[in-house]
Amino acid sequence: MSWGSAGEFFAMGGYGLYVWGSYGLTAALIGFESWLALRRRQRALREALASVSASASASTGAPR
Amino acid sequence: MSATASPSLFGALFVRDLRLALRRRTEALLPIGFFVVAVALFPLGVGPEPQTLRQIAPGVIWVCALLAAMLSVSQLYSSDHADGTLEQLLMTGGSTTLIAAARAAAHWTLTGLPLVVAAPLFGLLFDLSATALRVLALTLLLGTPVLSLLGSLGAALTLGLRSASVLVILIVLPLSIPVLIFGSGAVAAVDAGQAAGPHLSLLGALLIVTALGVPPATAAALRISTE
Amino acid sequence: MSGQRLRFFTFAAPSRFYSLSGSLLPWLWAAAALLAAVGLYIGFFVAPTDAQQGESYRIIFIHVPAAWMSMIVYLAMAAWAAIGWIFNARMASMLARALAPSGMVFTLIALATGSFWGKPAWGTWWVWDARLTSELILLFLYVGYIALVEAIDDVRRADHAGALLAIVGAVNVPVIYFSVRWWNTLHQGATITMSAAPKMQSTMLVAMLLLTFAFWAYAFAVVFVRARAIVLEREHDAEWVRGLALATRKST
Repeated sequence: MSWGSAGEFFAMGGYGLYVWGSYGLTAALIGFESWLALRRRQRALREALASVSASASASTGAPR
Repeated sequence: MSATASPSLFGALFVRDLRLALRRRTEALLPIGFFVVAVALFPLGVGPEPQTLRQIAPGVIWVCALLAAMLSVSQLYSSDHADGTLEQLLMTGGSTTLIAAARAAAHWTLTGLPLVVAAPLFGLLFDLSATALRVLALTLLLGTPVLSLLGSLGAALTLGLRSASVLVILIVLPLSIPVLIFGSGAVAAVDAGQAAGPHLSLLGALLIVTALGVPPATAAALRISTE
Repeated sequence: MSGQRLRFFTFAAPSRFYSLSGSLLPWLWAAAALLAAVGLYIGFFVAPTDAQQGESYRIIFIHVPAAWMSMIVYLAMAAWAAIGWIFNARMASMLARALAPSGMVFTLIALATGSFWGKPAWGTWWVWDARLTSELILLFLYVGYIALVEAIDDVRRADHAGALLAIVGAVNVPVIYFSVRWWNTLHQGATITMSAAPKMQSTMLVAMLLLTFAFWAYAFAVVFVRARAIVLEREHDAEWVRGLALATRKST
């Protein structure tokens, strides 16, 4: 498959909007999903850390 | 304490549910009221052209029947759950499947059966032919029990949840689509001069499979929701 | 006898999953990227123009893999949820929960690309053909599952209720698909189908398969990330999580 020029490639025989729209939307959805998942894991780790520190300081504070 | 003989457990619960519902007669009639209003809205929204109305009638009546069935289904277990009767029932050792089946049967008697009777009357508003009306009543007779069964599964899953009624609709509607398709399809076929036989057989098959498979699933759902 | 069984299921302990998935992740992301790159190259620079649909058919390289993944992920979700319910295996339930959003994303991609593909062929942004309509109903099934599990506060009840719903949904999928195909053919007699898939040249097929594997690797990667998050959220009281959190703090 040889494209005459970059312009032809982006035009996709007149269907450029549909083809690139599809690929763009897919990339956006995948990127968004990945970002959300990674953010969730980072937040979970942070909160685990917070609860560890909280209970650590609580146990050092209270007398046995 | 031995479990009560199966038929009498089913019968006792069924009669109890009916008696309770009849005490709150207005509440029991709400789904029918909804059905009436909803069906009447469509000509108002779509226009009074008889040809159009005759075409959309099967679908409209079926969708409204579906929604009417779903609206009342959350109450199925909620009042018993709230005052602890449900937990008591589950602990008596009687078959949970029968409890679920009895509930679904009661729901159908209160919501589905009136629709089977009323819907053909509304078919007249849409100028459906006599054969079409007969088939409509038949499809509702076969299909509304399926809706009650699926609805009881949804009600058992969403027991005690805040937005239970909306959740039930969300959960159960996709599962009811085959019933909708075969039910309204049968009437549309008759309207177009074709046979409704295949649709009705499929509806019958759905009814049998649902009647056998859903009460055990509902029983499992009740156990999940109350443990 | 039961001791052996116990050993098999301790392998499925959250801590083991966490470390195992952590070491697999870089490879999964790399595989996804590589497969996608090669697949897209073949799809755009090797596969020829289609005789009937011109260049618009190239949407098929994501539409079909996304549709396949949306169905596979639903079945996987139902299977893991069922295992979690029947064997009371927490990790299995967590995997099921992690799979749901990804399945929904694949369904959305399939629907959107289907719409983009249909517009030049049919002139409308949506066509009620059997496959697209079934895909839409699959979206409703995902939404119902996610809505149910998110609405239940008790984690165990949510997992098990979700499992039951997912199983019922999975069993219904063939029925729904059959009834939608029935519905599609009985009105007006003519069968409305999406622009029939182009007579697939081998290069087109290769590109499609490569992208399917790319989606598969991606699905593993993102589901693992989400599952690790869920593990941390639920097991935050466990010794190993505390150790992990402290170790992370030390390294920053």
